[in-house]
Amino acid sequence: MTLSLEINKQFKGFSLDAKLEVPAGLTVLFGPSGSGKTTLLNAVAGLVQPERGHIRLGDQLLFDSDRRVNLPVHKRGLGFVFQDARLFPHLSVEKNLNYGRYFAVNKPQAADVNQIIEMLGISHLMARRPAKLSGGERQRVALGRALLSGPKMLLADEPLAALDGARKAELLPYFERLRDELKLPILYVTHSVSEAARLATTVVSMEAGRVLGQGSAAEVLSDPTLVPGGVRGVGTLLQTRVARHSDDGLSELEAGADTLVVPQVAQPVGTPLRVRIAAQDVIVATERPQGLSALNILSGQVLRLRTGEGPGAIVTLQTSAGELHARITRRSLAALKLREGQSCFAIVKTVSIAREDLGQG
Amino acid sequence: MSWLGPQEWQAVALSLKVAFWATLVSLPFAILVAYALARGRFYGRQLLNVLVHLPLVMPPVVTGYLLLILFGSQGALGGVLEAIGLPLAFRWTGAVLAAAIMAFPLMVRAIRLSLEAVDPRLEEAASTLGASRIWAFSTVTLPLAVPGILAGSVLGFAKAMGEFGATITFVSNIPGETQTLPSAVYAFLQVPGGESSAVKLVIIAVAIAVGALLASEYLAQRVARKASGE
Repeated sequence: MTLSLEINKQFKGFSLDAKLEVPAGLTVLFGPSGSGKTTLLNAVAGLVQPERGHIRLGDQLLFDSDRRVNLPVHKRGLGFVFQDARLFPHLSVEKNLNYGRYFAVNKPQAADVNQIIEMLGISHLMARRPAKLSGGERQRVALGRALLSGPKMLLADEPLAALDGARKAELLPYFERLRDELKLPILYVTHSVSEAARLATTVVSMEAGRVLGQGSAAEVLSDPTLVPGGVRGVGTLLQTRVARHSDDGLSELEAGADTLVVPQVAQPVGTPLRVRIAAQDVIVATERPQGLSALNILSGQVLRLRTGEGPGAIVTLQTSAGELHARITRRSLAALKLREGQSCFAIVKTVSIAREDLGQG
Repeated sequence: MSWLGPQEWQAVALSLKVAFWATLVSLPFAILVAYALARGRFYGRQLLNVLVHLPLVMPPVVTGYLLLILFGSQGALGGVLEAIGLPLAFRWTGAVLAAAIMAFPLMVRAIRLSLEAVDPRLEEAASTLGASRIWAFSTVTLPLAVPGILAGSVLGFAKAMGEFGATITFVSNIPGETQTLPSAVYAFLQVPGGESSAVKLVIIAVAIAVGALLASEYLAQRVARKASGE
């Protein structure tokens, strides 16, 4: 089921002007705060009414200003996960979960209900009131509540933004499982590059109410014209596989012919893992460095050199693990006399790869 | 209640009956108006607000006189109601209307406060789960506001029990039909030797007022706790 829209919405001092085709999978609406991504999401949900345009989900028209169609929120059949969980405080967890099921057109089967509750690990919370839950538990219940309403698509508005680092890490895998196991189309708003890197099958980059571009997570996140913050936000997504856990608190990942050493991951050996490496954490050397503390040295050839207006430049290396972007200064670029096709080495500090940048898939 | 004479007892019973019906009849309208004032963004909202509060600030005798003009036998609405078998003038039903109108602003204020304490984004969440506006209101906002609605009702009931000015102007002071507790106190004070009866009724009136205020305060505290989900 694909979502297509072209909408215009005016606010005081801000206008949203977006045209978008959302394919299946998990699509991340990505951009700095104030870029209009939440407004876009609310328009899809029906919580905000655009002035002009149309929104279509599969063969159903949700909104069309020309044909005067504006399906009310409760008839759109979309699940919504808010940044603040918005659980009903007077109802137990169980009643919160069942709330949407009561109204659902496609009521989920009992087996699916149990699978969802099992997957989210909330079966032991059923009798509790929302006030007695932790932030992460609350958000898991909110996610379950949305899923049990049998939605055609799930909308999530920065669902992890209100949580601390540990809770974030606890919740991210659930979204990965939704993407991989339930095959539910998801539209996910975030300004966090690591969330986008871990979760997205497609990234839509937004800025100042416009869609800058869209593509696979690897494409968009490595493109300085699409990433918020320009060159500073650029990073590489590497597809790796867990090769070995060592007992000094590190894990080795198989990345092409090279090995990447990262802080210990929980996934068992053999699990495919996405690793995001920020371009500014990569050092480029023309010779294999000796006597260096960094554990990750990948060899490759210079594929592209890109310079922007600032003092920074992006060097893209072709390594056996795929393309790898490094952000260096233009001065270093001149000093190293880098040119396309040249062999060189990329150095990545193990500890610079944050745990939240390591994701399944 | 052997220390109450038949006329005194009649007045207390009638007052309870009038106040009960006045509260019951006002309540749905009070909830509706309170919701409109709390959440609505419509043209004329301020006018509605003023209209609702008018009986609170106008002299009750003026309210009673306006009721007499509108709902008396010769009145525009009174004739219609009489034709369908609901006469109001000089009947206990008229006392109910007068008490209901006088209690209405107090009920609306209490209910409005409790509705405003409920996060409107919860209704938004309910609508994304498939609940229509009316369902979202009645399954989320209304239950969360119940203590406030009860508090408003208690206050309204007490106000209806004590209503005097509008009632006596609109439906007079007929023992057994429209002589409510305050009217009876007034009547006893007009005749020599009636003071002991008046004092008994005054004690009952004070007891009801104190009880109502305590109950309303207790319920108001529960609103805050319930809205925060404790």
